This record gives sequence, C-alpha cells and structure tokens, in this order.
Amino acid sequence: MDTADSSYSYSLTTFSRSGKLLQIEYALTAVSEGKTALGIKARNGVVLCTEKKFPSKLVDRAAVRKLEMLTPSCGMVFAGVGPDYRVLVMKARKSAQQYKLAYGEHKPIRGLVQDLAAVMQEYTQSGGVRPFGVSLLVCGYDDEGPHLYQVDPSGAFYGWKASAVGKNFKNARSFLEKRYNDDVELDDAIHTALLTMREGFEGEMNEHNIELAVVGTDRQFKVLAPAELRDYLDEAN
Amino acid sequence: MSILEHNGAAIIAMAGKDCVAIAADTRMGLRQQTVATDFEKVFKMTDSVFVGLAGLATDVQTLRNTLKFRLALYALREEREIKPDAFAALVSHMLYEKRFGPYFVEPIVAGLKPDGPFLCGMDLLGAPVFTEDFVVAGTCTENLHGMAESMWRPDMSPDELFETVSQCLLSSVDRDAMSGWGAVVHILTPTGVTSKKLKGRMD
Repeated sequence: MDTADSSYSYSLTTFSRSGKLLQIEYALTAVSEGKTALGIKARNGVVLCTEKKFPSKLVDRAAVRKLEMLTPSCGMVFAGVGPDYRVLVMKARKSAQQYKLAYGEHKPIRGLVQDLAAVMQEYTQSGGVRPFGVSLLVCGYDDEGPHLYQVDPSGAFYGWKASAVGKNFKNARSFLEKRYNDDVELDDAIHTALLTMREGFEGEMNEHNIELAVVGTDRQFKVLAPAELRDYLDEAN
Repeated sequence: MSILEHNGAAIIAMAGKDCVAIAADTRMGLRQQTVATDFEKVFKMTDSVFVGLAGLATDVQTLRNTLKFRLALYALREEREIKPDAFAALVSHMLYEKRFGPYFVEPIVAGLKPDGPFLCGMDLLGAPVFTEDFVVAGTCTENLHGMAESMWRPDMSPDELFETVSQCLLSSVDRDAMSGWGAVVHILTPTGVTSKKLKGRMD
C-alpha cells in the first residue's frame, strides 16, 4: 500500500482489549446510517433496489446513479458513504476488464466479489488508511444461475437469498424472511422488493425516489427506467 | 537458421466428428545433432484442452510450466476448469505481454467444447487463427499443410481421424531433417483421451 504523503506505515485499525476492531464496528455504524438497499434472489434472476432521496428538489436526479453495472451480467448497490462506493465500483470494473483482456470472457460474479472483499480487507490492515464505509450488495447471473452477495467493510462476504443493508436493514430482513421462498419468480421478487422498500420509507415512494435493477436468464444487468418502475409500483399498490 | 528452428518440431491438430486429435514428433536436437527422442511437446491442460508447443525447447518447457501454474490458480479461484476458448485467449494474451522479447514458441490449442471441436493456432506474438479443419506448427509446416489439405475430410470418426493425423505427420517429418525420431498422437472424445505412440523412421 503506497501512502506517499503520509508518515504512517502502520495500520489505523488495531485490536481493542476485548478483541474487537473498533474501526470496522464504526464503519458498520456508518453503513447503518446510510439509505436502505436490498436484494432478492429469485429462481430465475436477482433484483436490487435502493432509496434515492435528495435533500432538495433542485437536485438533478438523472445525474446520480447508485445501481452500477460491473459486467454485462453483474451489478451492485451499496449502503453507506457514497464516495467510498465509487472507488470500489471503479476497482471492480477495472478488475473485470483485466479479466476480459486475459480470458476473453466476462469475470464471474464470485471472482468479482472475492476481489472486492480482498480490497476492503486490505484497507483494514494497511498503513494510513481507514476501512470503506459501505456494505455492498452484488448480484449476477452466470453458468451456475443467479447469485446475490453482500460484502461488508471488514471484507467479509456472504451469499444471500435475500438481504438488506442500511438504515432499515433489520426490519427489512425480517420482512423478507417472512415472505421469501426458493421458488419465487423474478416478477414476484420485484414486487416483494418494492413492498419491503415501502415498509421503512418516509413519505411517498414513487418511481423517482427509488432505483431498481434486475438481472435475469438473459444475463443482462439492467436498471429499470422510471416508466417501467411506474408499472411495477402500480401493481404493488 | 531462425531461432524457432534450433530444436526442431512438427505438430498437427485436426478436427473430426465430436472429436479432435493433436499429434507431435518427439525429437529434440541442437541444430543438426539429435539429443533426445522422447521430448514431450503436447501437454494436457484439462480433460478437454490440450496444447502443443513448437519452437525453442526451453521456451516450450517454460511456457508449459507457466500455463500449468496459471490454470491451477484459475481452477482454485473459479472452482471450475477453463474452457478451450478462454484458454486460447489466455495463451494469446501471455504471448503478447512479451511483445518486445517474445517466447519463441508457436502454440496449437486443441479442445473439445460441448458443441464440438475447437482448434486454434498462434504465432509467437499470440496472433490467433481459428479453424474448423486443422492447424499445424513447427519446422515442416509446408509439408504438414500439404498433407493435411489433401487428406482432411469433414466428420471423421475417432479411428479415421487417428489414421489421417498419423499419416499426415509421419509423411511430413520424413522430408524434414529437424523433426521426426518418434511421434505421439492424442485423440480427444467426450468419453476420454487415447494416446498412442507412432512407429516411424528413426532418422
């Protein structure tokens, strides 16, 4: 880890007496202050969804994007510190392109998740840096079918059938636990995602203050346009 | 003499019906002096991917070891074996990385995909050519091309393929001083691989 302008060559994340890495705990706190994001794995695809609220009407909604594509069949979303997320998106995309150059194929989601997790862990054990203040939800569709992974600031990653991160994650997770079953189709999963999102939503939820993306058997990660979202929202109402 | 001709080699790969063959001579020499008659030039990468390496013997061995290393890491990371096209892309990439100080090797990739045979030949800088019939490499490529062009036909069975590949190789190396001194043929089918040694002129 090159920290040219810092005289620190030792890590800022060190063990407390009780065996905890407090910086990581604090990072997780920062994550749970962030806007809710959730993901649901269906039998034939994965859906990711997040809030997209802004402090003022003057903010240009179209210019901001939280659901980002990593490869044509893989995308992710976050909860926590936005700028930290951007860095991870760029690193993951570069890693995916390097893989494509070497093997002529898209990097499988598992490899991407392992890469991201390795980077995030690095920042908990390197000189002069702090952990990333984001939890990521990564979705993809490969030869083995649909996948959903969560990566935490510590670098730990988990495969999920459905998960939520951010402000309302505990309620969202119990809501999902009740409603989830292994055979759910992608359309139903979108429906469930919207219902779950609405549970903890302050104010009216519409196609302009949430962002939703899917990847199905066509293996194309796609962020839904507001018009498409409107149709799903109308159904959910 | 070009550096690619220093040690001598003759490699050919051919496609049949749901099968693929890759064959090579086993001579290794130092210019005109034959040193070994059991030198391996075709290597199994996975059950469905073989690679033949023609050229400078030291680079043949180094590239073989490097590829083995890369594939082991790939299998551990991806928890699956590499496919023939991805492998060919990998070899091409590895060769071009050394663009201004290349490996003096011209590889041939022969593999079996679920929908049929895969053939790929490359120059020493990694420029690939994908064919449906055959690819050749080594010090007697003119001979090999001539033999293969006249003897290859589509949809050969594994036995027919074996005969064709063997005759092409043996006749070609007989008119080349730098290759021959024994040969080996591998036939890949969905059920497995058969490898046979050929009896040819030992000169």
